[in-house]
Amino acid sequence: MKTLLNVKDLRAYYGQVQALHGLSFSLSEGSLTTLLGANGAGKTTTLRAICNMVRSTGAIEFDGQPLGHRSTENIVRLGIAHVPQGRGTFTSMTVEENLQLGAISRKDKADIASDIERMYGHFPVLKQRHTQQAGTLSGGEQQMLAVARALMLRPRLMLLDEPSFGLAPLVVRDLFRILGKINREEKVSILVVEQNAQLALELADQAYVIETGRIVMSGAAKDIANNEDVRKSYLGY
Amino acid sequence: MDLFFNQILAGISTGAIYACMALAVVMIYQAIDHLNFAQGEMATFSTFVSWQLMQWGMSYWAAFVISLVFAFVGGLALERVLFRPLAKAPILTNVAGFIALFAIINSSTGLIWDFTIKQYPTPFGSAPFLGSQLISTHQAGMIGVTLALLLALYFFFQYTRIGLAMRASAALPESARLVGINTGWMVSLGWGMASAIGAVGGMLIAPVVFLEPNMMVGVLLYGFAAAVLGGLSSPLGAVVGGFLVGIMENLAGTYIPGIGNELKLPIALFVIVAVLVVKPAGLFGRPIVKRV
Repeated sequence: MKTLLNVKDLRAYYGQVQALHGLSFSLSEGSLTTLLGANGAGKTTTLRAICNMVRSTGAIEFDGQPLGHRSTENIVRLGIAHVPQGRGTFTSMTVEENLQLGAISRKDKADIASDIERMYGHFPVLKQRHTQQAGTLSGGEQQMLAVARALMLRPRLMLLDEPSFGLAPLVVRDLFRILGKINREEKVSILVVEQNAQLALELADQAYVIETGRIVMSGAAKDIANNEDVRKSYLGY
Repeated sequence: MDLFFNQILAGISTGAIYACMALAVVMIYQAIDHLNFAQGEMATFSTFVSWQLMQWGMSYWAAFVISLVFAFVGGLALERVLFRPLAKAPILTNVAGFIALFAIINSSTGLIWDFTIKQYPTPFGSAPFLGSQLISTHQAGMIGVTLALLLALYFFFQYTRIGLAMRASAALPESARLVGINTGWMVSLGWGMASAIGAVGGMLIAPVVFLEPNMMVGVLLYGFAAAVLGGLSSPLGAVVGGFLVGIMENLAGTYIPGIGNELKLPIALFVIVAVLVVKPAGLFGRPIVKRV
């Protein structure tokens, strides 16, 4: 399968502190890949480095194009949607305005209205609340809104930073089911960072495990899930 | 009773100008979290540009529109050239930058057009408005133009994509970049628009206070008072604050013995201090809550 995202020797820094120590991985088109690891392993930093939101060196290629010195907004415009940690919801705006913002860089304005309807199809609760201020939604609803907002870009790749964080287990199940569906039906490649390894491995087809800024393990998600040693030493379940 | 209504209406009409200045202040504050002390001087400069164009024989409205464009481009350029490099600098650096800008524009205006006061025309005339002795047509025009401007801004921010993008950048710059908005340009655009709004205020007040390089110094102080009263995070608040400050100023000048015309300006300072003590977020502002 074609490689969509290729990350080579990625090193990232917060001031003097180095957070990533030469991380390399790749993601093929149409796949659902997960990046696992403990707190502070560098998962969020990896996603932020892809969108040039943290100082980094190394080579990142998206669909053969180097992302090197592009600004965050230009990287997004190539078709990489990023749902950040904490969701980045525009809390003072309505649900519908949040969705419109997701599509704000698109040129095909005519299709935006129908895409919003499509999102309401995926997440019916958002339709009920479409005129409500986004800040009044529950955590789970806000996470759905964040995913829907990202999809409004019509991205080729969606980066998700701990979508399960702070959500009730049932809500997480529901969300992950929809992510799987979006990946299969809309052909959006997904890179999801998770601490909830068990759930992420059920959802993903590929998995990488990071420890202190390095990839220590990679392979098919089900192989990693079935490998008891790996599970015990890195994933803690 | 006539005197009372007269003072209220006069207060609303000067309040319209304070509202313009407050709106300009709030727009820049929203974009970069700093108060632009040079807002008034930028407006004065644009007003002088329109005066000069009229001296060269241009009609009022042609000069009006060209000065607005000039103000917009000028504001945008100031942000790009001067304040973009200061974006990450400490607050005092920015304050110093604004004060420097104030001094530079003020002196340049004086250098180019000298400090003598000049007559500035009004397109509305100064006859009694609708046969009433309460306000003149120019005062009515000031209120009308300000309200039209507000309405236009409201529609711009609520119903256009670029307005939505500007609101998003002001609210959450990082999230805005993640949906592909070039937040840097949104800040520049905010500066351009603020500068143009200020120019409207300058051109409307010039027939009342006469045109001279320092004409906006007092007006901007009232504008700050209005912005603080309404809440620095709320454009609507800025406008309501503008009208309230205008009315308060006039009523206090008329009815409180000893204030008169000379002591009107301290009222603005009094309003600023009182609001900051009693309700720091202002009437319409949202209190700033920070997780620590």
